[in-house]
Amino acid sequence: MTLSPLGDSAVVAALGTGLDDLALPRVRALVEALGRDLPVGVVDVVPAFASVTLFYEPARIGSYAQLCAAIEVLAARADASVLTFESRMVEIPVCYGGELGSDLTVVAAQRGLTEARVVELHSGAHYLVHAVGFAPGFAYLGGLPEKIHTPRRATPRTSVPAGSVGIGGEQTGVYPLTTPGGWNLIGRTPLRLFDVTRAEPALLRFGDQVKFRAIGAEEFAAWK
Amino acid sequence: MEITVTRAGMLTTVQDLGRAGHRAAGVPLSGAMDPLALRIVNLLVGNPENAAALEFTLRGPELEFSAETIIAVGGGEFGAVPLWQPVTVPAGGRLALGAVRTGCRGYLAIAGGFAVAPVLGSRSTFLRAAIGGHEGRALRDGDVLHAPTVARHVVGRWHIDERILPAYSPAPVARVVHGAQAEEFGAAFFTEAFSVSPKSDRMGVRLMGPSLARAGMAELISSTVVPGTVQVPPDGRPIILMADAQTIGGYPQIAHVISVDLPLVAQLKPGDTVRFHEVTLAEAHELLLACERRLGMLHEGLAQKLR
Repeated sequence: MTLSPLGDSAVVAALGTGLDDLALPRVRALVEALGRDLPVGVVDVVPAFASVTLFYEPARIGSYAQLCAAIEVLAARADASVLTFESRMVEIPVCYGGELGSDLTVVAAQRGLTEARVVELHSGAHYLVHAVGFAPGFAYLGGLPEKIHTPRRATPRTSVPAGSVGIGGEQTGVYPLTTPGGWNLIGRTPLRLFDVTRAEPALLRFGDQVKFRAIGAEEFAAWK
Repeated sequence: MEITVTRAGMLTTVQDLGRAGHRAAGVPLSGAMDPLALRIVNLLVGNPENAAALEFTLRGPELEFSAETIIAVGGGEFGAVPLWQPVTVPAGGRLALGAVRTGCRGYLAIAGGFAVAPVLGSRSTFLRAAIGGHEGRALRDGDVLHAPTVARHVVGRWHIDERILPAYSPAPVARVVHGAQAEEFGAAFFTEAFSVSPKSDRMGVRLMGPSLARAGMAELISSTVVPGTVQVPPDGRPIILMADAQTIGGYPQIAHVISVDLPLVAQLKPGDTVRFHEVTLAEAHELLLACERRLGMLHEGLAQKLR
């Protein structure tokens, strides 16, 4: 583990590099250890990719060195092999193509596949949530099959509806809010990825497994 | 009591010190762009530092108060009331905060705080997700806000020791600590002045000036950011991330503006300039602790002056 400051109010504990699936249990073990025994002055703990960022109030931590020492102790105690945390499997229904996913044709044409094959590949894969961020409830998913990697649109759309499922390069994900966006939109889910009226507003959390399930327009319309 | 917003101003929102604790769900901190100004005006009316106050931008609101109360205005200078001191407003009193004279953002606290429902533990408005504050949005003409009726009186005439305030300026030097990709850029970031783009908002202050070329071309994995993080997108124009910034960013991080200097950045308006100077993390923390000590003294001193 390496600790590096992020500005003067956060510290990043790096447990691996990049999209490293092997670092995931270690990241979760450290988050669990922090959940049991949060160092004084730490106000937010954010697992992302192969790291954990701790946001702190400088006036309450003693010193940066003391905070780092406390994290070292917790990390040494955190044992990824005895994790009790169950990785959740979250299924996301998606109505692919048509008006709800008008770039499905673009992805199919660019990759020389039929639309049905793109849907089969996208909904057949297992994904892992490597981080939640960028926007509230937005999950960075790893696991998009290489055959449907598709570059972002040259010109981003000024408004992408919430629930849109897109492919941008080697990434796929769901837009939680209606925002501008440059990904190729291949479908839409009726689920709300972010809803402050729920006890846990974000549908997906770090470490979740995700599967997409193709649904028809009727099921999409009937979803409550 | 009721506060009627007869004119909303350019961008007026309800803010507190933000929504810490939800970044793992991708929820930005939000809260005041100039947190120090919000804390001080709250203390000046006898509120906890984190009470909900109004933040207004470039042009302030016009307000009407249904009952006697105490307010305090600080941050940028908008006229109408003296800055940084509690002011008693009579029942039926009106207040018209005009165009900004110096700075960019003003803060108005009211005794008891603005009564809006907290969302995820904060009363701050996060416009992009339409949550918090007053209906998740900027105030409009005709809105009616509420505040508790508080019997509180100002004793004597006085104003705060302004040495507690940051060195607000239209051309400040913002101190920064090292960013993870600092070595991949040349020295221009520290030698040149940058001007503030009109495209700046509560998410980020966008800078114009010399384009910063990146030597490293390695694709970066996205990583966490904080308010103050200075990102350099491929066009070489740095962006200082601010209160409503996303929690994770994919651009190289050249530096981070230190917490005590974020208010200087928050008060920059389009056309103002800024320069950067690097300090150590230990220096940043010492400066912050000194600022906290001065606020603590203000807090104690005020206890004698508000009844």
